[in-house]
Amino acid sequence: MKTKIHFLTAVAVFGAAAAGCASMSDEEAAQRALAVMKASFNERGQARLDRLSQDEAQKLCSVPPSTVLPKETIQQLEKANLASIRYPADGKLLGDWKSGERIAQTGTGMQFSDNPKLPSGANCYACHQLSKAEISFGTIGPSLYNYGKLRGMSEPIQRYTYGKIYNAQAFTACSNMPRFGHNRILTEQQMKDLTALLLDPNSPVNK
Amino acid sequence: MEESLKIQLAIIGTLASLLASAPAAAQSAVDEIAKYRQQLQDGNPAELWEARGEGLWRQSRGPKNVSLENCDLGKGPGVVKGAYAELPRYFADADRVMDLETRLAHCMVTLQGIRFEDATKRPFGNGSNRSDFEALAAWITAESKGVAMNVSLSHPKEQEAYRIGEKMFYFRGGPHDFACATCHAETGKRIRLQDLPNLTEKAGAQTAYTTWPAYRVSQGELRTFQWRLNDCFRQQRFPELKFTSEGSIALTTFLARNANGAKFNAPAIKR
Repeated sequence: MKTKIHFLTAVAVFGAAAAGCASMSDEEAAQRALAVMKASFNERGQARLDRLSQDEAQKLCSVPPSTVLPKETIQQLEKANLASIRYPADGKLLGDWKSGERIAQTGTGMQFSDNPKLPSGANCYACHQLSKAEISFGTIGPSLYNYGKLRGMSEPIQRYTYGKIYNAQAFTACSNMPRFGHNRILTEQQMKDLTALLLDPNSPVNK
Repeated sequence: MEESLKIQLAIIGTLASLLASAPAAAQSAVDEIAKYRQQLQDGNPAELWEARGEGLWRQSRGPKNVSLENCDLGKGPGVVKGAYAELPRYFADADRVMDLETRLAHCMVTLQGIRFEDATKRPFGNGSNRSDFEALAAWITAESKGVAMNVSLSHPKEQEAYRIGEKMFYFRGGPHDFACATCHAETGKRIRLQDLPNLTEKAGAQTAYTTWPAYRVSQGELRTFQWRLNDCFRQQRFPELKFTSEGSIALTTFLARNANGAKFNAPAIKR
């Protein structure tokens, strides 16, 4: 036990010296940063200060992308996020792909500059390629062109797709993708419409 | 000047029609955008802000009716040349780390006798409602053009600001779980067609940091680094970053320090 403490002290001192600050541990830096942030933002419009209060996933995922989280942490995060997914009571997962395309193109929603009475967009094109016609797409996420054509429309695929939109971190801990259902960004109908955009054979995604 | 703006508008028009024509491949659009950015470099309206900023620096103002010419930006009272390349830094007279805008506000209060709330009423301009900070920053930063970034971490408070800024960079929050790192921690990524700098790597941090402030063609305004951070957090769905807040200075310290060694190259011009 004693040896272990010495070892940890040595690691902490070395780590702090490497970072150029001998007085703050990593945990202290995180706490200090949170206190500074709480004093550095103003509530504006719909963006209240509680947006700085992190849930467990946000806390654990606030690390450089190269960080390797312990396997148990990843499993625990994915399990908790999976448990949050609520599938539609009517059992129908496919909505209207045309409406889904509009939602995928819309980038507004939940910014302090946005009208809180209007529905949020999903802004899929900011990060993903979807249809062939839309050449203005981002590359933070993988291309989803031909998503449905490659996977088919079976019930498990429908459930996986709806679930991924609802809470991407149920399948990939610390994914960059917003948890659209879990965090109430999109409505059930909007998520159905996006599921259709990805899976409907008539959707431009699958043409 | 008017001529170059006309050319810019013509280019935007061409670009818009190009993007609207569906069969054009994404790659050629990216090439066209690169060409458009290059053509923008010919005439930068930032010069208008620079001229006004120099005037404001020399003009006697406030209850004490003095100019900012004795303001110490870190290299001694009145020294402007190269000052921005060493900011943010620790200032003993205020016992804290300050970035350019914070230091300017400090000088307006201490030298000119203006109340802080009055001095910082308009951090960002909008058409005829112009911001003195944007003009002053345009001129002062232009005086560091060609100077290598050299942000010090020798004072414990500078080290602390850097550590806090780094934590803020990776802090995920809000309804979308976004952090700065969501868009700026990988190389070669885009949002829509906009290239995203990887701010965790030296090259990315250097190119990004040394090209702010910038004249934004899409807004017709000169924007400072405080504005850049404020608008990133808006899009992250965070509350509003307070102008000259400790957090804004900490994050700026983290990003400016990561750009050390690169030649400062702003005010720039961006789409």
